Amino acid sequence: MTTVAAPVELSKDEILRYSRHLILPEVGMEGQLKLKQAKILMVGAGGLGAPLGLYLAASGIGRIGIVDFDVVDFTNLQRQVIHGTKDVGRKKLDSAAETMQDINPYLRIDKYEVALSSENALDIIKDYDMVIDGTDNFPTRYLVNDACVILKKPNVYGSIFRFEGQATVYGYPGGSVDGKQYAQGPCYRCSYPEPPPPGLVPSCAEGGVLGILPGIIGLVQATEAVKLILGAGEPLIGRLMLYDALAMRFREMKVRRNPECPVCGDHPSIKELIDYHQFCGVPNPKEAQPEVAVKPGFESATEIDAIALKAKLDRGDKFQFIDVREPHEWQIARIPGATLIPLNDVPKRIGELNPEAETVVHCKMGGRSAKAADFLRSQGFKHVKNMIGGILAWSDKVDPSVPKY
Amino acid sequence: MAKVLIPTPLRQFAEKHDHVQLEGASVGEVLNALTARYPDLRKQLFNDEGKLRSFVNVYLNDEDIRYLKKDATPVASGDTLSIVPSIAGGSCGAALSGCGRASARLM
Repeated sequence: MTTVAAPVELSKDEILRYSRHLILPEVGMEGQLKLKQAKILMVGAGGLGAPLGLYLAASGIGRIGIVDFDVVDFTNLQRQVIHGTKDVGRKKLDSAAETMQDINPYLRIDKYEVALSSENALDIIKDYDMVIDGTDNFPTRYLVNDACVILKKPNVYGSIFRFEGQATVYGYPGGSVDGKQYAQGPCYRCSYPEPPPPGLVPSCAEGGVLGILPGIIGLVQATEAVKLILGAGEPLIGRLMLYDALAMRFREMKVRRNPECPVCGDHPSIKELIDYHQFCGVPNPKEAQPEVAVKPGFESATEIDAIALKAKLDRGDKFQFIDVREPHEWQIARIPGATLIPLNDVPKRIGELNPEAETVVHCKMGGRSAKAADFLRSQGFKHVKNMIGGILAWSDKVDPSVPKY
Repeated sequence: MAKVLIPTPLRQFAEKHDHVQLEGASVGEVLNALTARYPDLRKQLFNDEGKLRSFVNVYLNDEDIRYLKKDATPVASGDTLSIVPSIAGGSCGAALSGCGRASARLM
């Protein structure tokens, strides 16, 4: 993986710093020098990137690239331990780099303030020995996968949802680890040829995540990265590790390379990066219309914003006002006058509603309520409006005393 | 009786159960028993042609049924069937389409 070119050695200070590694026979001076020469690209400095960035920095990795363009906000702090309260509002890239550099001044950090894309991915990844994927969406997952396969770089994969996590090493190009020969490993597409249709699986923002969970999964990724660099132990190649925090159970599934895989198979049909938004059926934010700032007080036949909704409530208009969030979200915050019917209960409770009457649906951000609105229309409801931006917009534009979450 | 493990994202379609015990001599029969008990799961697991969706993997014990006999894979008493969907969570910011804001528009 790493080629020993220029002579590299540890300074006296570094020897002291890494002494607990140096006295481990499995690492030793040779291993520590391998770490120092290693170049790892972290895609994402969020939930998974935070813990793994801290430990990789401390471990003595020589060079770490970070790709991220997000800004730290308060909702990140419950799990993104590389950022502190003082960092809210700063670029995650700067905040993460500062923390990592403080832990280890010998580390070289390269910052990429971009969204990884088909245009830049190969160029960014090619300089690194491996990629650690800590992103949060399917287009980027497939992009990282394909780029790693094309460049023959291992992709240390981790993902999380609520209380569950998955980790594995995809795209291992083949080689020897700890004296054992490993064939080319499976890639993400071997496991999952296609992504779910948009909206089927909620995001962390909608679905929630146990704050500690990314710590466990991110550190599994960091461990696998370090093991690959050291050439030690048994790598997580061809094995998908599943973790359930509630049951506190690790399980392991076999993942095989699919010889028919369009990217890593014997006769690949995809040899260059494609349009991953199209592949995943989601709009490309770059091509999307710039988010039309809806005029305050906007109301159409199908949509209504927070201001117009407030006016409507104040006027005492007669309409059915439905909150389709979950009961535990209702306990956090609510808009006065709304009736709670969680999205999944809408079909069985539809009898409580009048299809002829005007109906406004809302949720946290406007996504689930759009689904509810579509469903109600399909059931013959004539006047259904989705509230733009949900209760977050209500808090922003109408009543700041309503807590955001 | 086989044990079927239901992953977090699909529990909302299975009355919040994390596992169920079901009868069936093959993977197909057990999955049919599962979706008979929880009809809402059918759409999540199978496409319109009744094929397992490509972002949902089913493992008999630790082996992907695609590399066994798929639906026809025999199931013995005490076997565990795991449903493992792809999940993408991890971070916002390196994302092509952002996090909460974008997904709110997608969903």
